[in-house]
Amino acid sequence: MTKHDKNLKGITRREMLVGSAVAGTGLVVGYSLIPEGTLLGAREALGAGQWDHQLFLTMDASGIATVHITKAEIGQHIGTALAQSVAEELEIDWNDVRIDYPDSDPKWGLMITGGSWSVNWTFDRNSRIGASARIALVEAGAKMMGVPAAQCSASNSTVTDSVSGASRTYSEILSTTTIDRTFSEDEMKALTLKKFGEYKVVGKSIPALDIPDKLTGVARYGIDVFVPNMVYGRLVANPTRYGAVPLSVDDSDAKGIDGYAGVAHIKEDPTGVNTGYVVALGETYWAAEKAAAAMKVNWDNGPNAGTSSADIVQSAKDAIADDSQGFTWVLEGDPEGAMAGADETIEAEYETSLGYHGCMEPMNAVAMESGGVWHLFCGSQFQGRFTAMTAAALGVDAANVVLHQCYSGTGFGRRLEPDNVIIAAMAAQQVGRPVKLIYTREIDLGFDFHQTHTVQRVKGGVKNGKIDVMSHDVCAGWATKRMAPGFLADSVDKKGKIDQFSTNGSDHWYDIANHYVRSIENTTAMAATPPGQLRAVAPTWTWWANESFIDEVAHKIGKDPLDMRLSMLSATGKNAGTPPNTVGGANRLRNALIVAAGKAGYGVKPMPANTAMGIASVASQERGSPSWTAVVAEVHVDPSSGEPTLTKLTVAMDVGTAVNPDGVLAQIQGSALFGSSRVLHENVTMTNGTIDQLNFDTWTPMRIHQAPEVDVAIIQNGHYPAGCGEPVVTCVGPAIANAVFNASGARVRSWPITAEKIKAAQRGA
Amino acid sequence: MAVLKINSLSHVVDAPADTKLLWVIREHLRLTGTKFGCGMGLCGACTVHLNGEAVRSCQIEIGDAEGADITTIEGLDPKGNHPVQQAWLELQVPQCGYCQSGQMMNAAAFLESNPSPSDGEILEAMQGNLCRCITYLRIKQGVKRASEIMGA
Repeated sequence: MTKHDKNLKGITRREMLVGSAVAGTGLVVGYSLIPEGTLLGAREALGAGQWDHQLFLTMDASGIATVHITKAEIGQHIGTALAQSVAEELEIDWNDVRIDYPDSDPKWGLMITGGSWSVNWTFDRNSRIGASARIALVEAGAKMMGVPAAQCSASNSTVTDSVSGASRTYSEILSTTTIDRTFSEDEMKALTLKKFGEYKVVGKSIPALDIPDKLTGVARYGIDVFVPNMVYGRLVANPTRYGAVPLSVDDSDAKGIDGYAGVAHIKEDPTGVNTGYVVALGETYWAAEKAAAAMKVNWDNGPNAGTSSADIVQSAKDAIADDSQGFTWVLEGDPEGAMAGADETIEAEYETSLGYHGCMEPMNAVAMESGGVWHLFCGSQFQGRFTAMTAAALGVDAANVVLHQCYSGTGFGRRLEPDNVIIAAMAAQQVGRPVKLIYTREIDLGFDFHQTHTVQRVKGGVKNGKIDVMSHDVCAGWATKRMAPGFLADSVDKKGKIDQFSTNGSDHWYDIANHYVRSIENTTAMAATPPGQLRAVAPTWTWWANESFIDEVAHKIGKDPLDMRLSMLSATGKNAGTPPNTVGGANRLRNALIVAAGKAGYGVKPMPANTAMGIASVASQERGSPSWTAVVAEVHVDPSSGEPTLTKLTVAMDVGTAVNPDGVLAQIQGSALFGSSRVLHENVTMTNGTIDQLNFDTWTPMRIHQAPEVDVAIIQNGHYPAGCGEPVVTCVGPAIANAVFNASGARVRSWPITAEKIKAAQRGA
Repeated sequence: MAVLKINSLSHVVDAPADTKLLWVIREHLRLTGTKFGCGMGLCGACTVHLNGEAVRSCQIEIGDAEGADITTIEGLDPKGNHPVQQAWLELQVPQCGYCQSGQMMNAAAFLESNPSPSDGEILEAMQGNLCRCITYLRIKQGVKRASEIMGA
């Protein structure tokens, strides 16, 4: 585990190596950090064991290429898309492409899966990796044929001499020659890559490599791992979500249970994931389950035992009302002056409820120690965090903790949190045997790192029929502060740190000359409901507020909500955009709106009674990496009951380049319904420090008969690939609320949107 | 001790009679394609066939399953090529895949009893199976496509 660390000292060169240590054994492609004072080539570096720093690609002697995927497979088929971007430039027959998911190792750098970043962050790098390997293969093939490399080219796993027509397959080259090629960083940057329109593999809906194993029960998820001599762990539920301490445990009633294997009584957790655990153990899961029910625990319920949802909301409202709270995230123009000079001001307050990830595979982990190394098995979206925090919990060196990646029964950000491995490892350390910990659904729901409850106050000033000023207060639990404080951002006035991942999206792309955003931490939410990142993160709530508010203003001043949005997206000044990610700027959002509206028949299609369209657009996830998205929702509201029914979603999304269009479509379909489920069907509440909902009978996500029709337009224009797994989540909520308003006259400003809230709004309550 | 006939093979299992079938299938017999989701029969991830009928294995005690023909996803088709599996592959239905064994087992049993279902019948039959990637659009298409393959 530590052999790479020595390479990190005295580095003088960082080079891409394409090479083989021994002739006829294939090749590897990876960055090597060459120690000071040495002048190793690829082959020597391989021989010296310095070859595998950030290993991206391995090819064997038969020409099979394995692309090493350090991203978690959480349902997005990410390995297929990443391998496509390598294969395109490698000029390899797709049938020769494989993927694998390496164990955690510091050599990979930041191993994190989220933010719709995976393709966006790696497309250029992967293309260059494929290109560098192809160049090395062409040179080696040319040498075999005794001709200049300049007259050879590669295609379909074969190097061909354009003069003689002779050729060598990758397999022939790799099974006989030694590859020894080094690319400096400058050379890597200078490689000429294919352009949009020239692709053969990118842009194709290649079937996902992970799907076949998911059809036959073969795919291995974390919950499917077994190790010798393991016991099963079953948590006894703490009486509050956070802060309870198990003072004593009486297991006398468990002792008669066949297969009972003792109890891990963990009185504190140095990582602060929680403040103590009781894990009932069994030789079988069933024994552990029974033992947990028989366990008598004397708990100190801790400091949050009096906190309920209403307290969290009140804390937010109080903080927003206090001008001294929070820090400035956006400051453009003169918001105060403009507000004072406005013809008309409009103010509204928006809320989003606590959210549960609801991964179908409940959290679980296997932890075992062998030969001084701790092995962790599970699906993880943040491997380095898992190993570092487990090491801290165990009191061992992080170099001696390794995480073995498994498939995840969805992630949605839940698997950024290492509570599963920490608890499993602490229990294993205490009982001296490997532990397989499986959360029940009730534990998974009650001890989630929930999406924070949010309250936002938005105030706008209208002048000459246009929004001239917008002031936006965002109060949320700051997940980043809890889980990755290094990611906190400076406020614009440098007076403090802000959780950008609780605030972004409020920095929208509309032309509003005077714009102020204040980001405020909800300390009550932080204490009682440790917030996590849930699919689409802050833009879920910031765009909910932005797009509900724009709609409200449009209605208030008698403008069509679509026309008003289009009139505010001029793509000038700071909204002009810059290459590669935001080239085109607000024009691309404008275009997505036009496409969605046109496809849906906005203003044209006849709608039944009490049924209407609502529109919204977003530039999620971040201002620096937007996927330009618009949604038209069609909603029917029953006039007597107020019951809303979502009948259709039309989505237009500009992803620049879709590496795998069917994969993009699947993500858009899923995220459109995920966002709809969140807004219409899901609710999490807290009473006296405990989550009220227990299982799928009280927490009720969308089921198949509730799914609307989803019509999708994927816009491709050859710009750099944008992420596609989250942005639609952030757009459907306001589109639905805007449709509800148009169908019923009821403006609902909090989640979930229910019949009761619609009726109350109609009554003017 | 119980004798369970799973995927045409008899297994002798040393477990108390009140153990739920799910845990025996998964943890004793290591047929891990059948998944744990909720433990209350609310999500369908643990769906298997009991004498051809789709049941929630988390709700069935092994003592009640003795003598029955039990089929799991691993035994749905000897080559993993049941019409439902074919349709699921063709339409690229799974995302994370965790719920899909249960979805496919439920769909396969449903199509046995109703080979040419209407859209409404599909939605009614499949609404007990949750999917959090929310692949419902493709599940619905997948059931229809499997019905076509079976009828061909």
